[in-house]
Amino acid sequence: MKRYQQMFTRLQQQNRGAFVPFVTIGDPTAELSFEIIKTLIDAGADALELGIPFSDPIADGPTIQGANIRALAAGVTPAISFDIIARIRSYHATIPIGLLLYSNLVMARGIDNFYARAAAAGVDSVLIADVPLHESKLFRQSAIKHDIAPIFIVPPNVDDEDLRQIASYGRGYTYLLSRAGVTGTETVAAMPTSELISRIRSYNPAPPLLGFGISTPAHVKEALASGAAGAISGSAIVKLIEQHQHQPEHLLAQLTQFISSMKAAT
Amino acid sequence: MSELKLNPYFGQYGGMFVPQLLVPALKQLEQAYVDALADPAFHAEFQQLLTEYAGRPTPLTLCRNISPNPKVKIYLKREDLLHGGAHKTNQVLGQALLTKRMGKQEVIAETGAGQHGVATALACALLGLKCRIYMGAKDIERQQPNVFRMKLMGATVIPVTSGSGTLKDAVNEAMRDWSASYDTTHYMLGTAAGPHPFPTIVRDFQKMIGEEAKQQLLKAEGKLPDAVIACVGGGSNAIGMFADFIDEPGVKLIGVEPGGTGIDTHQHGAALSTGSYGILHGAYTAIMQTTDGQIEESYSISAGLDYPAVGPQHTHLQQTGRASYVAINDDEALAAFQLLAKSEGIIPALESSHALAHALKMAEQATEPTVLLVNLSGRGDKDLAHVHSVLAGAKL
Ligand SMILES: Cc1ncc(COP(=O)(O)O)c(C=O)c1O
Repeated sequence: MKRYQQMFTRLQQQNRGAFVPFVTIGDPTAELSFEIIKTLIDAGADALELGIPFSDPIADGPTIQGANIRALAAGVTPAISFDIIARIRSYHATIPIGLLLYSNLVMARGIDNFYARAAAAGVDSVLIADVPLHESKLFRQSAIKHDIAPIFIVPPNVDDEDLRQIASYGRGYTYLLSRAGVTGTETVAAMPTSELISRIRSYNPAPPLLGFGISTPAHVKEALASGAAGAISGSAIVKLIEQHQHQPEHLLAQLTQFISSMKAAT
Repeated sequence: MSELKLNPYFGQYGGMFVPQLLVPALKQLEQAYVDALADPAFHAEFQQLLTEYAGRPTPLTLCRNISPNPKVKIYLKREDLLHGGAHKTNQVLGQALLTKRMGKQEVIAETGAGQHGVATALACALLGLKCRIYMGAKDIERQQPNVFRMKLMGATVIPVTSGSGTLKDAVNEAMRDWSASYDTTHYMLGTAAGPHPFPTIVRDFQKMIGEEAKQQLLKAEGKLPDAVIACVGGGSNAIGMFADFIDEPGVKLIGVEPGGTGIDTHQHGAALSTGSYGILHGAYTAIMQTTDGQIEESYSISAGLDYPAVGPQHTHLQQTGRASYVAINDDEALAAFQLLAKSEGIIPALESSHALAHALKMAEQATEPTVLLVNLSGRGDKDLAHVHSVLAGAKL
């Protein structure tokens, strides 16, 4: 998990923010997904946020649901996902790799076993979309044991007690939710007030990255201007995959262009 | 954030596995429930709605003809006679009152058979709430009359095509909706499953089923039943029937899951019979899943039982050995459906037919005088077209 610290230190020296793309591993197929993730890195991603496909992604809107369905239909399992992550890790030794997934995938073969496999594949952080703070003990303890950063979500309706706990349990980065609802570009990001960000920062949590509804370079700029340390964009990227999945070359070119423009806004 | 007021776990099962964003909404609901319990005005209003509007208490009927064994008496708790046609109306009235207490004007709900949707629609019509109901596309097809009922009562029915197009997917969509709408909207979950506090609230708003039945049976027989039998989808009619008998060790509690085409065929919805545990829809409980943890699609002839998980208290009751759970196949349920119609003049819901089918099996095997209490959770009107088409060709 020290890769996040190194990334934030480097970005601070450059006086820039982080741009973090999200894709679902195995979307649309295992092989093309590997190429896609490599492309995200080559085009300037500072860190990666990757989903392991799940049958019932309740925190996701139609776009990322579609990514899960495509990956599952292509036969992508957690084991295949970890293989892809390991290949990405050997392709790039220092980029932080975060997982964003659902609790049942973590539980299925035992929590500790999951974190051990994640660590072996080169994962730096794990965010479980359906495990809130007060259910997080077993997960975060296992994460720390395997040197993986447990990531917590700060929703817009956060209270001070939760902020205190997030600051004390979270590592790596803090996932700042731009708005209520599920993932997707249907509802655009609402920028947090600088008042909220300074309230959050006063608890000294891991650096906040803003996510949900981030789909344009202007959103990235606004996120940084409001005081976030970076921005996460998922559905906008997954939409490109959905649209161009049958023309891989064209898809990778589109992704390069999109990621570079988002990174340029940092 | 403030501590929870009630225990979210039943043994090791249950909990509140939802996105952080929804935690305040669930805590608000828990608080509203705790406050309501302490408020005599709430109890009075709930009671009044149950008696004057919904038709409680429901009767207890001793079957005259269906028992295959003269030593065995089969009693039916007649939730089929409740307004709305199923037990679902009980807890919906309670949750509708909580909705108002929270100052929310809108309601979302999921529905499988359409019975919870109908109950939600009628309560919202009555109490002036606006409602939208998520229903799997496949269920919309097999439960047409209930779709029309909901619409007549002013509900918006939203078809869900993702996944298998059944109850599980409708719950997913309702939760997605709620994560954007919780400020103004209550999620009226339809069974004793899902994240805390739903399993507790729904049980408590259904437990009059068992309380009434216990008194009615004591009056009729002078003793408690030997066994209480109920079908289990998410588990609300069963836990409502069981709750008041849990501390009566002489009474067997038996939950009946949908065996579909057989629990060895993968075409079923018998989560407790498969012995696999995980997290679905906010609770750690028995679920149907692959070894990787992907949720499996359930199957049952009865839409209301077609769900790959079960409420956490049932998992706990099974683990502690206090209740046992069995599976009844489609064919057996269909046979019981027809037999009750022929022998007693009562057309049961396909869901309830599962419980009855198991009671008939027990009756056949009994060697001692036995009193069985079956929760007839709903009536079969909604199933007529579906059963008709399944039986087409077969001789009635
Ligand atoms: C008549 C009837 N019985 C039983 C059920 C199953 O639900 P539960 O297990 O919550 O009682 C349903 C659900 O729709 C139903 O309509």
